[in-house]
Amino acid sequence: MAIAKVLGMETEYGIIVRGAGEPNPIAASSALINAYVASLARRIEWDFQDESPARDARGFVRESQLAPEVETHLVNAVLTNGARYYVDHAHPEYSGPECSNAWEAVLYDKAGEAILARSVEAATHMLAPGQQVSAYKNNSDGKGNSYGSHENYLMDRSVPFSRIVQHAIPHFVTRQIYTGAGKVGTEAAGTEGVDFQITQRADFFEEEVGLETTLKRPIVNTRDEPHCDAQKYRRLHVILGDANLSEVANLLKVGTTAIVLAMIEDDWFARHGRDYMLATPVRSMRQVSYDLSLARPLALANGRQMTALEIQWEHLDLARKYAEDVGLDAVGGEEVGKDVLRRWEEVLTGLESEPMSLANKLDWVAKYRMVSGYRERHGLGWRDPKLLAMDLQYHDVRPERSLYTRAGMARLLRPEDVERAMTEPPTTTRAYFRGRCLQRWPQAIAAANWDSLVFDLGHDPLRRVPMMEPLRGTAAHVDELLARCNTPAELLEQLGS
Amino acid sequence: MAEREQIKKQAPPRQETEEVEEIPAGSKRGEELKAELDDLLDEIDEVLEDNAEEFVKSYVQKGGQ
Repeated sequence: MAIAKVLGMETEYGIIVRGAGEPNPIAASSALINAYVASLARRIEWDFQDESPARDARGFVRESQLAPEVETHLVNAVLTNGARYYVDHAHPEYSGPECSNAWEAVLYDKAGEAILARSVEAATHMLAPGQQVSAYKNNSDGKGNSYGSHENYLMDRSVPFSRIVQHAIPHFVTRQIYTGAGKVGTEAAGTEGVDFQITQRADFFEEEVGLETTLKRPIVNTRDEPHCDAQKYRRLHVILGDANLSEVANLLKVGTTAIVLAMIEDDWFARHGRDYMLATPVRSMRQVSYDLSLARPLALANGRQMTALEIQWEHLDLARKYAEDVGLDAVGGEEVGKDVLRRWEEVLTGLESEPMSLANKLDWVAKYRMVSGYRERHGLGWRDPKLLAMDLQYHDVRPERSLYTRAGMARLLRPEDVERAMTEPPTTTRAYFRGRCLQRWPQAIAAANWDSLVFDLGHDPLRRVPMMEPLRGTAAHVDELLARCNTPAELLEQLGS
Repeated sequence: MAEREQIKKQAPPRQETEEVEEIPAGSKRGEELKAELDDLLDEIDEVLEDNAEEFVKSYVQKGGQ
């Protein structure tokens, strides 16, 4: 039986400071994160004045007074919603908490956008007059530089990696038809005729399987860093997806993938004699991205020819059978699993009959509609800077500048839930324990990782609380315990660590 | 105070998804869609970065994964 598909999403945001001299993206990213943390600290100070020792507040305030221009050490903050917010390479990265189903993962990814938007707002007050900072939830600068939006899924260690490769690649390549965020032009050599393509990322992939993430990027990444019990689990690190703003596209990206991975664990494809392995996966990945007609067939390794849409229909068909015979417990239950299946069908139907009918559901269609409409109205060429600017601005995290927010997209999340998810952890994974401890005893936590919390009580040696099971430490497990403990020392005593 | 109480409360399961503003596909006529797009394009003119060329040129992102 497939194990629970605990999952999470991490996004590197693009960042620019305009009106400044030489760009320093590391300093700018640090400033963004520090500004956010400082703004939170001020809020906590204001809210909890009667409870929180003044020295905590002073500590945070000191932090906020660091001048952003000279702040270049790599910032790394763990938030009370269980996420990690830090500088990775030269980008601010929001790595969402572990979630137990696709709905939750989409909610916490959207909370990340809100956190970036608030960071930009907070950092703006710290900049010199005339300077302007913003962040972009996209994956390419249009000049050959890409930055990632990664998904992580918990997998059973006993499943042979070769089986994952064999059956995940066809899904990864063909799901692009609904996960793509759209891009004006192309950044791969020898593809100059492409005016608009479905994805941001396809131009940057060169291998089928490998360890790299920054060059020669592979369709299946082999990084083996489970952040949990390595004897039992693997964390499948999926690096080829686009960052989605569309909630429907984002839900389908992680929802369909979680189902397909559960099917792979139960050897569903082989048991039904199905194999969609592509003859040339890297070339197919680009072909799918460049083919707005969705009609060009892909060559399968077994000699058959199928379009991406046909491969997706057969995956959906197999997934339905899986839901009937095995059930959807592994992806968080029937309710969320069936919602994903229903939307999957709806989107494939739309893509088959009239892709433009999905302009309120899929990022690439929404962007294509805007950009091509604008191009026609003003008689512009596809290389016009205005169209390239629109492409970037679709992803601007500032609502007043974002074109995504103007596209009339279908919303699945309530604003109040997103607001809450900025500071409250999911209740159904170990992120709950991490987030709650950080809320209650921030001054006692020396370090927080995905798989442990390290407490510093001021006298004894540092005490480490391991969290090797992603599904332990949930509200159901620890709420009562946390309610019983008034101090971190009591908690550690109860835990026996 | 309201916020403080909210933080202390146990978070309810986030299992419900609600459709807000979702428009059933195919429910609109061509003319309506075109009018909508026209309004959207007007709005884009208002919010598009003033100097598109300079903005696009300055948008350089190195060192990503």
